[in-house]
Amino acid sequence: MRKLAWLAIAAIAVIGAGTANAQQTPRKGGTLRMTAPYAASFGSLDPHVTPRAQDDIVGKALQRSLYNWDTAANKLTLELAKSVSASADGLTYTFKLRDDAYFHNGRKMTADDVIFSFTRIMDGSKGYPGARYVRLIKGAVDVEKGTAKEISGLKKIDDYTLEMTITDRVDPGYYFFGGSTAILPKEEVEKGNYASNPVGLGPFKFKEHIPGSRVVMDRFDKFYKTGQPYLDKLEVLIMAEAAARDVAFRNKEIDTSILGPAQYVAYRADPQLSKGILEVAEMFTRSMHMNLNSIKPFQDKRVRQAFNYAIDSNLIISRLVKDKAYRATSWLPPSSAAFDKTMKPYPYDPEKAKKLLAEAGFPNGFEFEWTTSQNESWGLPIVEAVIPMLAKVGIKAKPKLVEVTVLTEILMKGDHQALIGSSLTGPDSLATLRCYYSKTPRTACNYTGFNNAEFDKLLDAAAQEGDMAKRDEILKKANNLLYDEAPVWFFNYNKAVLAFQPWVHGLQPNPTEITHQYPENIWVDASSPAK
Amino acid sequence: MLLVLGRRLANIIPTMLAVVALVFLLFSVLPGSFISGMNEDGRSTIDPAVMERMRKEMGLDDPLVERFAKYVAATATGDLGTSFRTREPVTKMLAGRIWPSLKLVFAAMTFAILVGVTLGFLAALKPGSLIDTAAMVGAISGLSLSQFWFGLMLMYLFALKLQWLPSFGYGDGGLRNLILPAIALGVGPMALLARTTRAAVLDVLNADFVRTARSKGMSERRVVEWHVLRNALVLVITIVGLQFGSLMGQAVVVEKLFAWPGVGSLMVDSVFQRDMPTVQGCILMIVLFFLVINTLVDLAYVVIDPRIRYR
Repeated sequence: MRKLAWLAIAAIAVIGAGTANAQQTPRKGGTLRMTAPYAASFGSLDPHVTPRAQDDIVGKALQRSLYNWDTAANKLTLELAKSVSASADGLTYTFKLRDDAYFHNGRKMTADDVIFSFTRIMDGSKGYPGARYVRLIKGAVDVEKGTAKEISGLKKIDDYTLEMTITDRVDPGYYFFGGSTAILPKEEVEKGNYASNPVGLGPFKFKEHIPGSRVVMDRFDKFYKTGQPYLDKLEVLIMAEAAARDVAFRNKEIDTSILGPAQYVAYRADPQLSKGILEVAEMFTRSMHMNLNSIKPFQDKRVRQAFNYAIDSNLIISRLVKDKAYRATSWLPPSSAAFDKTMKPYPYDPEKAKKLLAEAGFPNGFEFEWTTSQNESWGLPIVEAVIPMLAKVGIKAKPKLVEVTVLTEILMKGDHQALIGSSLTGPDSLATLRCYYSKTPRTACNYTGFNNAEFDKLLDAAAQEGDMAKRDEILKKANNLLYDEAPVWFFNYNKAVLAFQPWVHGLQPNPTEITHQYPENIWVDASSPAK
Repeated sequence: MLLVLGRRLANIIPTMLAVVALVFLLFSVLPGSFISGMNEDGRSTIDPAVMERMRKEMGLDDPLVERFAKYVAATATGDLGTSFRTREPVTKMLAGRIWPSLKLVFAAMTFAILVGVTLGFLAALKPGSLIDTAAMVGAISGLSLSQFWFGLMLMYLFALKLQWLPSFGYGDGGLRNLILPAIALGVGPMALLARTTRAAVLDVLNADFVRTARSKGMSERRVVEWHVLRNALVLVITIVGLQFGSLMGQAVVVEKLFAWPGVGSLMVDSVFQRDMPTVQGCILMIVLFFLVINTLVDLAYVVIDPRIRYR
C-alpha cells in the first residue's frame, strides 16, 4: 500500500513536470495584442519614410532588413543573408542572400530588391531618414546628389549574391539593421500606395490599419524561419495614455504595456502583476549637456567634474525616477561592448565638488541657465531636485522650460548653456562616441562642442582598426576618457519596463528599444483570452 | 430662407480665410520644427544632411509669404497639402478620421441632450424639489469635472470593475466602444444644457402667455407641451448649437485617452510633431464643422419660432 502511494506521488510529479515542459514548448495559434505607446498614431507604414520608434513596432512584424539585433547574444546578426565575407581591407562585403525569403505577395527576394531599396532611400528629392546609413555605401552620395542613378558600391553577382563596397571601415550591420533600411519589393512600391498596403518580408502580413487606432496583421506562412511565427494574428494597438494603458492591461484587454515610473512601483508591489515584468537597460543615456562654448566655467574640466560630484544621482533615481533607471557611469550604456564594467560612477561628494570649483577659480560658484523639458524622468522634476544640491556647492541654476519638440533644435543651434535630455547611445559604439569627435559638427550631434585631441586620436585609431575586439578596447579607453572629461552630468541609463500578461511567452529584452519585439519568437498559451 | 442660407454660407469664406492666416502665422513663429520633432524624446537621431533635404522637399526653406500664398491657393482648390509626417495627402488622412469623430460628437451630443434637457426640464417643473437639487448638483459637478479624470473613472467602473464595456479603442466602430468616450465627452455639454434648460423653462413658466393659457383652463400637460417647451427651446438650441460645434475641438483629450481615432487625436499628435499641414487641415475641419452647425442652428430658429426673421 505504501509502495503504491509512492508510485502515485511519483506519477503525479512526472505528469506535473511534463505539463511544465509542455508550457515551454511554443504553442501555435492565438492572437497577441501589443501596444504602441509613443504617440496617438503611426507616422507611416512605409518604413523608408519614417525613423520613428513607434512605427518600427509594426515594422518589426511586416518588414525585414539585412541584419537584426540578436537580443539573446546582445549583438548584430545576419537576417536576410545566410553569410557574409569581408575583403582584407574591410571595405568590400559579399553577402550570400537568403534564397528562401518571400515577400508577402509571394515573390522571392533577390539582390535586385536590396539594390532597389537602397537606391530608393538615397533619392535626393525625398530626404528619406535611412539615407544617413546607406550613405556608407560607395557611390550612394552621388545618387543623393543626383549625379548618378545607381549606387556604384552595390553590385549584383547573381540573384542571391550581393557585393557591397563601403567607404568607412565599420561593421555594416550597425547601418543596416533598422527599419529605415528595410528591403521592399519594387513592384509594390511603384504602385504608389505602399503606406496603405505595405508588403514586406516580415513574419506577419498586413491586414488592416485604422489610423489612430490599430494595425492588424496575420501570420505569413512562407516566412523563412521554419515553424515561425507561432501566432495567428498580431494586433498593434495605439495607446498613448499611460493611465488608460494601465486600466486596459489590468482588464486583460492588452497583452503588453510599457510602464512609467509610477506604474512601475505599483506593478512591482502587486503580487500578480510583478510576475510579468520585463526589464532592460536600454541604449539611452540621460544627461545634462554642458555647452563648452557658452560660459567660461564649463570650459574647465574640474567644474564639469564638480557637477558630477555635487549631484546625488542615486537619490534622484530612487526617489523621483522610482528606480526605473540605472545609474549612468559614463556615456556608453552597459550593453555596449566598449563599456568598461570595472568603472564606477562618480560618487556623491559635495565637499570634493567645492574643492574642485575652488581650484578652478570659482570658490563662490557661478550661475547658469539650464534648459529643460517637462519630461518626468529627465526633465523639470529632475532639474528642480538638483537645484538645491548644486546650490550647496555654490552653483546657481536657473531653469528654462521648453517644449520637448524644441530640445533638439536648441542643441543643434547651441542656444543653451546646459540642457538635460535623453540621447540614443547605441548599439554602434563608434558612431555614438563620434558625437564627441572634434570634427563632428554641432548639428550632427556634438552638442557640447567637445574638442579633445587625445579623444580624437583614440577615435581615429578605432576607425582604422579592423579587428572588432581590438576596436572595442580602444573605444573603451575613449569612453573612459569621456568619463574623466565629463562634458555632461552622467545621470542615468533608461530602464525600459514592459509588463506582460501571464500567457505571453518569448518576449525579448531588446536593449535597442524594448517595444521592438521580433514577433516571430512570441507565442501565447491557451489561457490567452484574445480570440 | 434660401437667401439667408446663401448669406450665411458666404460668411464662412472670410472666416475660414482668417483662420487659415492665423493658424499659418502661429505655426510659423512657434519654436521647433517637424524635423527636430522626429527626435521622439531622444529615441532617434536625424542626420543633418537628411534634415536639409527634408526641409527642401517640404518647402520649409521658401520665404513665409511664398509658402502662405501657395497654401492659400492650394486650399482654395481643396488641396490641404501633404503631411510632413506620413507624406500622404492631408485630405486623405482627414477622410479616415472624420467619420469616427462625427460618430463620437453625435453620440456625445445625443447623450447630452437626452440627459441634460430632461434633467433641466424636470428640475424647472419642480423647483426646490429633490429632483431639482440633485439635477443641479449633477450639473455643476458635470461642468467642473476634468474629462480626463472622468474618462478614467468610467473606464475603471464600467470596464475594470463591472466588465460591461471595453475600456478603450475603436473596436469594430460599434456602440460598445462608443459609449464610454461619448459619455466622457458629453458630460460637460450635458451639465450646461441641464442648467440652461432649467433657467429657460423657469423663465417661460413665469411668462404672461403661460399664465393666460392656464387661466383659459388648458391642462398643465398641454401648457407645457404647446407653450413652454417650444419657447424654451430657442435658448436650448442656441446652447446645443454652440456646444455641438465646439465638441469636435474639445474631443482631443477624450480621443487620446480612449485611443479613439478622430480628428482631435490626429491634431494633437500633429501639433507635438509640428506636422503643420495636418494641424492646419484639422483646424480647418473643426472650424468648418463649427460654422456649418451654427448656420444650421440659425436656420432652426426660424423653424421653431416664426417670430424670428432674418433680414
